[in-house]
Amino acid sequence: MDNARFHIPDNEEYRALKKFIEEHRNTPGPLIQVLHKAQSIFGYLPPEVQKFVSSELNVPLSEIYGVVTFYNFFRTEPIGKHVINVCTGTACHVKGSKVVLEALCKELGVEVGGTTEDKFYTISTARCFGACGLAPVMVIDEEVFGRLSPQKAINIIKDFKKAEEN
Amino acid sequence: MSFQRMHILIPMDEEAIQNGALEVKRRLKKELFKHGVEDEVKVLETGPVGISGRGVVLIVYPDRVYYYNVTPKDTKCIVEQHILKGKVCESVENSIDGEGRKNVVDYENIGLTREQPRVVLDKCCIVNTFDIEEVIARGGYAALEKILEEKISPEQVIEEIKKSGLRGRGGAGFPTGLKWEFTRKAEGDEKFVICNADEGEPGTYKDRLILEGDPHKLLEAMIIAGYAVGAKKGYIYIRGEYQLSIDRINRAIQDAKKFSLLGENILETGLNFDIEVKKGAGAYVCGEETALIESLEGKRGQPRIKPPYPVTHGLWQKPTVVNNVETLANVPAIILNGADWYRTLGTEKSPGTKVFTVLGDVEYPGLIEVEMGTPLREIINAYGGGVKNGKKFKAALVGGAAGVFLSDKLLDVKMDFENLKEHMAVLGSGAILVMNEDVSIVEMLFSILKFFAHESCGQCSPCRIGTRQLLEIIYRIKTGEGEEGDLEKMRHIAETMRNLSLCPLGQSVIMPVASAINNFKEDFLEKINKKNNKEVLYA
Repeated sequence: MDNARFHIPDNEEYRALKKFIEEHRNTPGPLIQVLHKAQSIFGYLPPEVQKFVSSELNVPLSEIYGVVTFYNFFRTEPIGKHVINVCTGTACHVKGSKVVLEALCKELGVEVGGTTEDKFYTISTARCFGACGLAPVMVIDEEVFGRLSPQKAINIIKDFKKAEEN
Repeated sequence: MSFQRMHILIPMDEEAIQNGALEVKRRLKKELFKHGVEDEVKVLETGPVGISGRGVVLIVYPDRVYYYNVTPKDTKCIVEQHILKGKVCESVENSIDGEGRKNVVDYENIGLTREQPRVVLDKCCIVNTFDIEEVIARGGYAALEKILEEKISPEQVIEEIKKSGLRGRGGAGFPTGLKWEFTRKAEGDEKFVICNADEGEPGTYKDRLILEGDPHKLLEAMIIAGYAVGAKKGYIYIRGEYQLSIDRINRAIQDAKKFSLLGENILETGLNFDIEVKKGAGAYVCGEETALIESLEGKRGQPRIKPPYPVTHGLWQKPTVVNNVETLANVPAIILNGADWYRTLGTEKSPGTKVFTVLGDVEYPGLIEVEMGTPLREIINAYGGGVKNGKKFKAALVGGAAGVFLSDKLLDVKMDFENLKEHMAVLGSGAILVMNEDVSIVEMLFSILKFFAHESCGQCSPCRIGTRQLLEIIYRIKTGEGEEGDLEKMRHIAETMRNLSLCPLGQSVIMPVASAINNFKEDFLEKINKKNNKEVLYA
């Protein structure tokens, strides 16, 4: 890919990533850990970040793109400020996670994987958080909410937003 | 250290925290302080207890009383009645599920609190995992000390594990001692120990209980494994979703290093072994050992073609032993008590215990550890408390998504490697999902096949294409568009996948498919025939 097409700004975010890469450069197989860090800094992995990682680690961009798209955890699209993950694992499925998911999508007016217009929420699905006793479960960022009904889930995301706005 | 006449344990996991365990703990301490007994009663935060769906659980020792669904308000009654007067507090409000269930269990004989032969989970929810001194006092690192002090050779360690008959708990059931021996004998200047903690099987969280409830046991076992095979470096590959586990393991690693139990010159014996945590990025296939190794190397987690096996060509093509969390957690007890003791548990060909996750429509969902060979019926009824709300049992999905649907005719099957194999079933991850009469097997199979279609890594064609075709057929059946011959088609595709797929992901899809069709054919035929009847009607 043409280098000139990407402008890598010299800002705090890139400096933080660079520092992490420097520290982990000599550990074997650092790519996934570096991408974890990059996503925690930028929120997602746009082409310029992938390019930056590529030149810093001296790994072909194609290989990085391959890794990014292979794992569920990595995103190439910008996301909302908070991510709602509804579990669709077997235990949650039995307990009705599907209706919860549909209700949330309807409430937010987006499809699964989409981001709300105000960029506050992104809604996505995941497979089993290992909290099956609470099924059906959703996770907002890293906080687990369990034993959901459609209404309860809607109330939670409303309250969550309200709490942050205040 | 002051003397304490009572201990109150608060198991702390994500479920407990969500239900307000931290507030309960704060209030409890306040109440104890108010009554001036804060020095007599110790409040301990422990790892998860394995009881699900019962809110905040408190366990009072030495009385061994379990309180369920405790709210901050209840702490007053518990302190004033139980702690001060020695009376079990019966008035704890049923705050969570509101089903009027009595939430005080007197002794350990009901449901999940029934006595269990705990080998793997012996310290879970009994010790404070953040206090390494307490862990050591409870026998933590004793097996490692025994090996180093009595100068037991690596060969003897391997011999003992081989004699114990310990088999891998990740699903395949390969003898652990053999794996270690192959790795020891493999040529190479550098060797590795990998702990597979990429627990992604839907409906399973047994490894999580060990990671969070007794992290030191895992570290100890890995050091022993390293000593036995001649490795200096170990990796724990934990799935990214288990942030709490990652934090606790990292904390345990730091503590162990402070006590010279890990790192360089362990216990001043010249033994070196270091452990590093690697965070996964969400791919089911990475539970397969060669895919996990690829992922550890920072690549796409696609399985390698075997042979060569990881024991000779693993991480960076060096000899590597890959063991599941639960497998490793058995090791210290075997070293301490001997292989003969271990063989007194379980069956001839599957010795020891197994941790099961019992979920779904049961009265007491949660985790239990029982001897290998315990009948499924006993697990569901005696430990799980039977089917919830008096409904009829319909099926149990045993072994996770890559598991089998068992009908009530097979309830007496003994849960060990051999007996399950006879019924074309597997132990798998130890997940038992109980379904009542209202559950549609077609829906369940749809959910499972959707999962496989999503998680197929796409490397080999039988799996990539097969999972997609299976999903299309089951969707057709589910939506009332099924055709005659669909069931045979599904079976044929799944069989082809079993024979030709590269890794266990594609190979094992046959299990849920064939067992669902064999044991619950009516469910499918009903859907398919409904459509055919309709056609006749419109013709």
